Amino acid sequence: MLRNNKVVLGVIGADVHAVGNKILEMSLCEAGFEVINLGVMVSQEEFINAAVESAAGAIWVSSLYGHGEIDCRGLREKCREAGIGDILLYAGGNLVVGKRTFAEVENLYKEMGYDRVYPPGTLPEEAIAHLKEDLAI
Amino acid sequence: MKALLIDFGSTYTKVSLFSLDPPGFIGASRAPTTVESGLEEGLEAALDSFSAEQLKGVVFKRACSSAAGGLRIVAVGLVPELTVKAAREAALGAGARILAAYAYTLNRDEIAEIEALQPDLLLLAGGTDGGDRKVILENAARISEAGLPVPVVVAGNKSASDDAVSILKGKVPRLVVTANVMPEVNRLQVEPCREAIRELYLSEITRAKGLDKVQQRVGLVMPTPLAVMKAGELCWKSLAEDVVIVDLGGATTDVHSYGDGSPRGGGRVVKGPPEPLIKRSVEGDLGMRVSLQSLLEVISPVELSKSLSFAVEPGELIAYAQKAAACRGFLPRGERERAFDGAIAAAAIREALRRHAGSLTETYTPEGRLWVQRGKDLTGTAVFIATGGALAYSEEPGSVIRAGLLVNDPLALTPRSPRLFLDRFYILAASGLIAESRPEAALVILKQSLLPLGGITD
Ligand code: B12
Repeated sequence: MLRNNKVVLGVIGADVHAVGNKILEMSLCEAGFEVINLGVMVSQEEFINAAVESAAGAIWVSSLYGHGEIDCRGLREKCREAGIGDILLYAGGNLVVGKRTFAEVENLYKEMGYDRVYPPGTLPEEAIAHLKEDLAI
Repeated sequence: MKALLIDFGSTYTKVSLFSLDPPGFIGASRAPTTVESGLEEGLEAALDSFSAEQLKGVVFKRACSSAAGGLRIVAVGLVPELTVKAAREAALGAGARILAAYAYTLNRDEIAEIEALQPDLLLLAGGTDGGDRKVILENAARISEAGLPVPVVVAGNKSASDDAVSILKGKVPRLVVTANVMPEVNRLQVEPCREAIRELYLSEITRAKGLDKVQQRVGLVMPTPLAVMKAGELCWKSLAEDVVIVDLGGATTDVHSYGDGSPRGGGRVVKGPPEPLIKRSVEGDLGMRVSLQSLLEVISPVELSKSLSFAVEPGELIAYAQKAAACRGFLPRGERERAFDGAIAAAAIREALRRHAGSLTETYTPEGRLWVQRGKDLTGTAVFIATGGALAYSEEPGSVIRAGLLVNDPLALTPRSPRLFLDRFYILAASGLIAESRPEAALVILKQSLLPLGGITD
């Protein structure tokens, strides 16, 4: 696949937490990425459609409201179906719910096909450095 | 100074005579359209009802046409909700009829289908700028291999358009490249594409349809729906209020809306593909004559009979529909048939508006209920204009239009309390033909024709 510096960004599911999404958009833009920001309440299909049409190199999924596991599951499989199986998938926000440790949550998301998983309070810069590394730019 | 404006419809050729200085409506006439003879016979017949005196001083002739199927387009894009939808909006906004729309890489069957449809034009989109180039190039290759005898407008990923041109050059009769209909995900850019389609219409399509003689004689400049759209645009800009037009035809019902359609209520999230500021939709199954039978499949005779003030068996409505669809130029006779016609017109208006307008759906989030808006919110529409033969010749257009605007689905974001107008001389298309060259005159004449019918509750 042709990797480019486009990132599809959005808050998945029925989640309306909009502030972090705006901050991520700004940080990514400043770092020279082209951001396709789908905003809040984004379905898996919308993420995939946008990535197919724009040939984006990565999808950044946020989930803040505690239902991330249900919302995020199956995205990798659907990407494969849509012909973009090797796209980078990052997840962040408040993914830890209940008594689990972050390491457990990280493993869970990696099994679900996410390339990188971030704990609450991650600074955008940290993930942006990873993205540059993963896209080799 | 006078202008002679002609609308070659699928059933009638309508001729309107305007004075340009001072601007004013002089008269109109019509005669059955004659497609076989290249439209000229019908035009002559319609002109016959004007006197030589009346026709003196005509300095300006323009025509639009929806005869011979109108401008028939096939749209091709990548993702259905994105570039396919954008290509459709661009084509509709150019006054076209969309025969079919395709997503992703075309296969052999689809190419064969397109060939069989014999469109006047193929619109090839796909990929945002700098985005996917694979699919649009694959589609260009398949179109070129098949040697489709169809002019092509390329309006996709700008980074792929040069390659698309190299692939298609010499393989299709005409090739025009224009800006991407969706340069970024969820951003429409339909104007350049609309212009490109219009140019091809002038230079290529009228000739291919055998309309070049009429073209030379009267200046066939655009498809009729585009002329209607231009008239509406003029109203919208001069009024600075949101406008909706319903054009109730024999074969289709067109809706045009002007305005951004942003939410008029709080607490909503807007989702779904973006909508054009000037949006046109065409309902091919809702029409007053040719499409009356398909209309009865959408709105059942039983439902229709409920809106009548007297009892009627479904069978009678079905028989009426057959009669009206079968004979060209049918007009309802007597009280009973006129009531049928009115009820059908109202139902067509209501259904076409419901499909054109956006809608609300409720979703439940952990926080509670939330409203999601898809499509345009037209509830704040200030001006509603109805046009079309069935209304222009109706005895009670006001009550028909009011019935058409009755809200039976509160979640459909249709116009709620606009001021109502009827295009009584049936000249929306004619005035649209001079809307660009003589906007002041067009506006004066439009205002003469637009009969105020009061508000929703009057
Ligand atoms: C403001 C707020 C709201 C507002 C949101 C307004 C709006 N439109 O944005 C309202 C009142 C609507 C709201 C509602 C709810 N909220 Co609230 N809300 C908050 C609050 C106070 C702040 C969120 C915020 O804006 N943070 C600031 C931004 C900058 O940070 P951020 O969103 O975390 O994003 C940053 C990082 O996480 C990271 N990041 C995020 N995504 C990703 C993705 C990737 C790939 C990467 C690399 C990084 C990354 O980068 C971002 C920028 O720095 C938090 C508590 C808190 N202090 O965090 C609760 C909080 C998020 N809400 C919570 C909850 C439970 C809810 C509700 C379910 C019900 C409730 N009790 O209020 C509803 C859900 C509504 C819905 N359908 O989404 C919980 C979530 C618990 C959980 N996940 O375990 C929190 C944590 C509060 C709590 N401690 O209980 N909320």
